[in-house]
Amino acid sequence: MSSTPTQPPRRLSHARDISRPGFYIKLVLMMLVNALGLYGILAAYGQREWGVLAFLVLALIIADYVYFSKRAIPGKYLYPGLLFLAVFQIYVMVNTAYVAFTNYGDGHNDSKPSAITQIMKTSDRRVDGTPTYPVTVLDRDGEMAFAIVDDDRVLVGDAEEPLTEVGDAVAEDGRVTEVPGATVLQLAEIQQRQNEVLGLRVSMTDDPDDGWLRTDNAAMAYVAKSLLQYDEASDTFTDAEGTVYTADPAQGLFVSDSGEALTPGWRVLVGFDNFTRMFTDSRLAGPFVSILSWTFAFSILSVLTTFALGLILAVVFNDPRVKGRTIYRALFILPYAFPGFLAALVWRGLLNQEFGFINEVLLGGANIPWFSSGILAKLSIIGVNLWLGFPYMFLVATGALQAIPGELAEAAVMDGAGPWRRFWSITLPLLLVSVAPLLIASFAFNFNNFSLIYMLTGGGPNYPGAPLPIGETDILISMVYAMAFESGTRQYGLASAMSIIIFVVVGVISWLGFRQTRKLEEIM
Amino acid sequence: MRKSFLAAAAVGLSLTLAACGSGSSTSTPSATGDATTSAAATTSSAPAAAGSLTVWADETRIDAFKTLGETFSAETGVALDVVQKPSADIKNDFIAQVPTGEGPDLIVTAHDATGDLVKNGVVSPVELGDKAEAFGDVALRAVSLEGQVYGVPYAVENIGLVRNNALVQDTPATFDELIAQGKGVSGAEFPIVIQQGENGDPYHLYPLQTSFGAPVFKSDANGDYTAELGMAGPEGEAFAQYLKKLADEGVLSASIGGDQAKQAFLDGKSPYIITGPWWTGEFVDAGLDISVLPVPSAGGQPAAPFVGVQAVFLSSKSENQLLAQQFLDFMGTKETQDTLFEMGGRMPALNESADAVSDEILAGFGEAGAEGQPMPAIPEMGAVWQYWGGAEVSILTGKAEPVAAWQTLVTNLEAAFQA
Repeated sequence: MSSTPTQPPRRLSHARDISRPGFYIKLVLMMLVNALGLYGILAAYGQREWGVLAFLVLALIIADYVYFSKRAIPGKYLYPGLLFLAVFQIYVMVNTAYVAFTNYGDGHNDSKPSAITQIMKTSDRRVDGTPTYPVTVLDRDGEMAFAIVDDDRVLVGDAEEPLTEVGDAVAEDGRVTEVPGATVLQLAEIQQRQNEVLGLRVSMTDDPDDGWLRTDNAAMAYVAKSLLQYDEASDTFTDAEGTVYTADPAQGLFVSDSGEALTPGWRVLVGFDNFTRMFTDSRLAGPFVSILSWTFAFSILSVLTTFALGLILAVVFNDPRVKGRTIYRALFILPYAFPGFLAALVWRGLLNQEFGFINEVLLGGANIPWFSSGILAKLSIIGVNLWLGFPYMFLVATGALQAIPGELAEAAVMDGAGPWRRFWSITLPLLLVSVAPLLIASFAFNFNNFSLIYMLTGGGPNYPGAPLPIGETDILISMVYAMAFESGTRQYGLASAMSIIIFVVVGVISWLGFRQTRKLEEIM
Repeated sequence: MRKSFLAAAAVGLSLTLAACGSGSSTSTPSATGDATTSAAATTSSAPAAAGSLTVWADETRIDAFKTLGETFSAETGVALDVVQKPSADIKNDFIAQVPTGEGPDLIVTAHDATGDLVKNGVVSPVELGDKAEAFGDVALRAVSLEGQVYGVPYAVENIGLVRNNALVQDTPATFDELIAQGKGVSGAEFPIVIQQGENGDPYHLYPLQTSFGAPVFKSDANGDYTAELGMAGPEGEAFAQYLKKLADEGVLSASIGGDQAKQAFLDGKSPYIITGPWWTGEFVDAGLDISVLPVPSAGGQPAAPFVGVQAVFLSSKSENQLLAQQFLDFMGTKETQDTLFEMGGRMPALNESADAVSDEILAGFGEAGAEGQPMPAIPEMGAVWQYWGGAEVSILTGKAEPVAAWQTLVTNLEAAFQA
């Protein structure tokens, strides 16, 4: 692809020689990239997103260096890919790893300041039996103020000053229209300063127990009081009975001495807690071993059955004596063309115990509990996965078979080897050299084949009375899902930690597998 | 050839970048915020407010809210940008998006999300003021938590007993008699169909369960749910044994899911079905003559279904709180509730609008839900469904003894509340 290395050194590339159009195309494209990059940088600055800003600045500088420098020719080809790798792979992985060390999940959804604001917001209650007032929003020397009419008196107050009577104000139909020394704000102005308006609390009197005036819509105001008082210095909330809720940075919650907590909490780092949960959660002790062994059984059997069927079909339909091979091959690939989750749903319907096509029509009204019996559910899963997976194996085996030189088979025939001997001693070993890495990949894929399990059986039949909603066909990844999401509360931190553990397991197995494959290659 | 390929690739790349750039910029809140304020500034002389609100609604509610948005913007000048979200994800997406500032201003969802939304601090309390009394009591309790209202309810729905009048014309007072009657109907395969499925469906069995005096959670003096399980103890176990009996008689089966139940009723294979207003339209369209009745009691006490409430919630991080409040006020008007009733076919939550509804089928559901209680919205409820359905299925399929299964259910739930 590259245009330089074999050329005489003085010859410039299309994109460097200013007498050629290539240079100008490059210039225009780089201008566009720079314009977009600068736009992104400004937008990130506007949003106060410093991480994004730093990334964009760095990415743009590197882009300009790579595409205008003489030295970075490989970089020109690699850079876009590397950029996408950073955004879509590395960032995601780093973020997952970070989340795994936090308690991010239900009840710990946001940062601490947001949690404090929210607690104050939800504890602010309207005082029972108090009236609502038509309210006028005023601007008094830059300070926002409320004006209401109470018993034909006009009362005005702001954040500092409680409601006090103002003598010479004008009111019409119970609503204040004019206050000396202050401007009445119109809707558009109120809208621009809406956070100020909605955040304003005007004390009713000097006594804080009388509550304060607030509004939600800048038209009507009501008297409210907070159930909790926040003290910034000690970082505590105190309720009416005097119970003190102290911020606990280890849990990300405001907790009282008796252990009561306020909602919501906030996200904090919790170290390795999420990682150890899988091994310390007593609710998992029972089913964990059976789920682990079923995960291995499922992925190994899936690979073996699909490979065996795919290979048999490939060998048969590789024989020139079979008529209409292309049509058959095309038909075999059909299940592969189906989206897997869709096929799983269709099979789920087909296998329904009382109404499914298989029991009703194929088996003449039999009542086979495909999904409610543990063993049958496992068989159903392997069977459906066989249907889904054999076309892929058929494809790769067909390809690999055609790459094996015919002379080898001829030579074996000369030596007097029968068909079985030829298959086991020549075809299969040669096939495995090229197919083995794909088998390992298939194993890794099935180890985490969440969509099939989730769509086909949902992990069921559930272990009766198991302390977590997990069942006999759950594999590790769907168990994590059940634990981190289906058991009622979403726990992203736990889910991230567990997926990292599963990643390590799959990684180690794949690594061992690839080492074995290398030995196969050495046979060659 | 090579040059043109490279040029095409480069153009493609820059287009992709452009697409990414513009995509991310339009979705940032400040962009919309700026647009709002600048729009407001240019029309500052106009009396009406201007700007835009983003609302998330799922596929079943999107059309109604689009229509509503047109009325709203005609009245106030505020544009309503209704975004469709899949019903399965809408709550989780909202919880995940609000803290990032990328979430919508408002969300339309069923009230049982209230607990989760509050626990995660993503919704603002709503002060209905004196308007509160205009709403149905159950509807208002459904969107409240610990005495604070969090949403504006607009529709109420519950399940009831739907009868095919071509097969039977009168309905007995107890569930056992109903089954006996249903078994005598010639040509019917089932005395009654109640949808279950592989993971169970406690929602559709709940009227039977409450008739044994075993509500899911106990209520306090105000009628609010507490976190104490009401289905523990002998009442719940009696219901578990009744389930076993129904399964043995072939009345209930885990393999009858929603689609199968609906089809059986449509085909005239069952004189009764326990379902909600979401399917009665189809039954009527198919030419069935149906009546909706309260579910007969199985355990002696009144059968109380769950009442589901549709409501609009306000994001705690909305940058347009004031406009959003205007929309919430608009939601509470009779005209709006009438429009939503016409488009959605659910009982309005506003008493004034509900009283004006004359449809017989909906009135039947109203009667069936007269004893109903709001589906619990406390955060503990999130953990209940999975275990509850699992335990019921294990009883139906005979995998577990009813009383033992029920006791384990209670133990597991209590452990899950602790976790």
